[in-house]
Amino acid sequence: MDFGQLFTNVLNEMTGPTAIAYALAAIGLNIHFGLTGLINMGQAGFMLLGAYGFAVSTIAGAPLWLAFLVAVGAAVLFALLLGIPTLKLRGDYLAIVTIAAAEIVRMVGRSTALTELTGGAEGLTGNSFKSTFQDASPFPDDRWALGPITLATNASNSWWLRIVGWVLVALACLLVWRLVRSPWGRVLRGIREDEDAVRALGKNVYSYKLQALVLGGVFGALGGVVFVLASSVQADSLGRPVTFNTWTILLLGGAATVLGPVLGSLLFWAALVFVRGFLRGAVPTEVLSVQQVEQIGWVLVGLTLVLLIVFRPQGILGDKKELAINAR
Amino acid sequence: MPAEDVVTRARRDLHQVPRTPGAPKPDALLVADGVRRSFGGVNAVDVEHLEVQRHVITALIGPNGAGKTTFFNLMTGFDKPDTGTWVFDGTPLAGVPASRVAKSGMVRTFQLTKALARMTVLENMRLGAREQPGENLFTALVKPLWAPREREVTEKAMALLERFKLDTKKDDFAGSLSGGQRKLLEMARALMSDPALVMLDEPMAGVNPALTQSLLGHITDLRDSGTTVLFVEHDMHMVRHISDWVVVMAQGQVVAEGPPGEVMADQAVIDAYLGAHHDTDLGDDALLTEGGTIDAEAEAEADAEETKA
Repeated sequence: MDFGQLFTNVLNEMTGPTAIAYALAAIGLNIHFGLTGLINMGQAGFMLLGAYGFAVSTIAGAPLWLAFLVAVGAAVLFALLLGIPTLKLRGDYLAIVTIAAAEIVRMVGRSTALTELTGGAEGLTGNSFKSTFQDASPFPDDRWALGPITLATNASNSWWLRIVGWVLVALACLLVWRLVRSPWGRVLRGIREDEDAVRALGKNVYSYKLQALVLGGVFGALGGVVFVLASSVQADSLGRPVTFNTWTILLLGGAATVLGPVLGSLLFWAALVFVRGFLRGAVPTEVLSVQQVEQIGWVLVGLTLVLLIVFRPQGILGDKKELAINAR
Repeated sequence: MPAEDVVTRARRDLHQVPRTPGAPKPDALLVADGVRRSFGGVNAVDVEHLEVQRHVITALIGPNGAGKTTFFNLMTGFDKPDTGTWVFDGTPLAGVPASRVAKSGMVRTFQLTKALARMTVLENMRLGAREQPGENLFTALVKPLWAPREREVTEKAMALLERFKLDTKKDDFAGSLSGGQRKLLEMARALMSDPALVMLDEPMAGVNPALTQSLLGHITDLRDSGTTVLFVEHDMHMVRHISDWVVVMAQGQVVAEGPPGEVMADQAVIDAYLGAHHDTDLGDDALLTEGGTIDAEAEAEADAEETKA
C-alpha cells in the first residue's frame, strides 16, 4: 500500500471544499445548538437554499456579490419562516419542524415542476453557475503545487476556492469568538440553560432565539455555496445525511467552543478518507468491493458518533466541567 | 425623605387598613382585579381584588394548591388568566409578556431554583442587569461600545455577591453551588435590575437552617433599602418574623389579610391552613418525649371520646 499517496489524499480532503463547507455549516449549527440550545435537524436545508440562491441567481445573470447576497437572504427568510411559528414552542418541536422543512426544500428543489429553475432531480451543472466566481480569481489559469498537493488555480476544486473558503471559515470563527464573549452570547447561553429564568430577567427570549436561528442559518447557506462551487447543485447531495454529518462534526469537535466545529470537520474528513483508503489498500477487492468499502466508512462514522456521545460527550475541545455539571 | 422614613411610614399606614380580604392600601404598588385562572374545572386562582402596599414585606400564605404560585405566574406574565386586569406602579400589565413585565420593574424568583447551571456565578449575575448595549447583536461586535457598561455591571455584581457572601464563588459554575447558595444567587441576580417589586416564590424551601437567618436578613435589608417584597412561604416562623402584612389564600381566593399576629390568630385561617399546632416547632425534641404537649392533648381528646362513647 502506498502510504505516501494515502497521506496526500487525506491532506487533500481535509483542506478541501467539502471540509470547508461542513466546517461552515457546523459553525452555524454551533450557534444554534452549542450556544442557544436550539435543536436544528435541518441544517442541510439551509445549505441547499444557499446553494440554490447562489446558483439560480447567477444563472439569471446576477453578479457575484448579489448571488452571495441572495444565498444569505434565502437562509434568513427560511430561518424566519421556520422560527416565527415554532420558537414559541419548546425544545424538540423545532427539531421535528426543521428536519421536515429541510426535506420540503429538497423535494421542492428536485420536483419536475421547477425543472427550468432548479434543474429538477438532475440539478444544475457546475459550469452553469461557476464562471462569475472563477472569473473573480486574481490568479492566472495554472496548476500550482504546495507540498504534496497539486491543484488547478481556478477550476472547481481549486486553490482559489480553498482560499476563499478558509477565509470565510476564519471570519466566521472570529465573529463567533467575538459574540460568545459578549453580553449577547451570554443571553444565548442563559437561554440554553433555562429560558424561563432569562425571561424572568427581562430578556426577550423569542427575539434572541430568532436571531440565533438566522445567524446560524446564514453560515449554513455559505457552507452550501462553497459545497456546490466544488461540484454541482444537486438536491439529493444536500439531504438528511449532510445534517447528521454536521451534527457528528460539531459533537466531535466540541459544541459551545469556537474552534470545535472546524477541528471536527478536519478530523471527520481525514478519518473518513483514511479509513476508506486504508481498507481499499489493505483488503483485497474479492473480500470487500469498492462499494462496500465506501459504506463501511459510513458505518464507522455512525459508530464514532455513538462512542463519542457515550465516552466523551463534550467533544475534543469541549469543557468537561461545563457538560458534567447538569443540574436539570 | 430617607428610605427608612418611607418604610416606617408605609408600615405605619398599614395599621389603618381594614383587616378584610381585598382591603385598599394607602399606597398600593400592585393592584389586581378579578384575576381568574382555571385549569379544567378547577378555579386555581380567583382573586376579586388585591392590593400590595409599597415599601413593605407582604407574605402570601395558604395551603398547597391554594393558587399562590399560579397567582405569581399570572402577575409576572408566565401564565395568562382567563379574565382579569392588574396594574403595577400605574402601568396595566394584563397580557404583557414576561420579559416586559420584568423590564417594568417586577422581578420574580422561582420555587424550583433556576440557577443557570453551566454558567459561572458572575455570568449569572451579569445577565440580570438591565440596559446592556452589548446584548444587541450588532453592538456586541464592537467591544468598546459595551465595555464601559460591562464594567459597571461587573462592579455592581461583585458588590451584590459580597453582600450575599458569594463573592468567593464568582468563577464557579452555578451548578456546583449548594441548594441554599443557589437561592441566594437567584435572589441576588434578581436584584441586579434594581426592581421596584421582588416576588420570591418560597425563598426558604430547601435552605439549610444556618443560611435561613442570613436570608431573612437579606429580605428585610431589601425592604429597608426601598424595594417592595412579596413572597410565598410555608415557614410560619419566617412569615411571622419578617412580614409586615400577610395575605392568606385558599382554593384560589384571598380569604384573609392583616398583620401577621392578627391573621395567624384568626380562627378561619387556623382552620383552613395553619392547624392548632402551627406555632409549635416539630423539630423540638420536647414534643417527641412522652407526655409532651401534643401527646397530652391527643390523650385528652381520646379520653373525651371514650367518655362520650
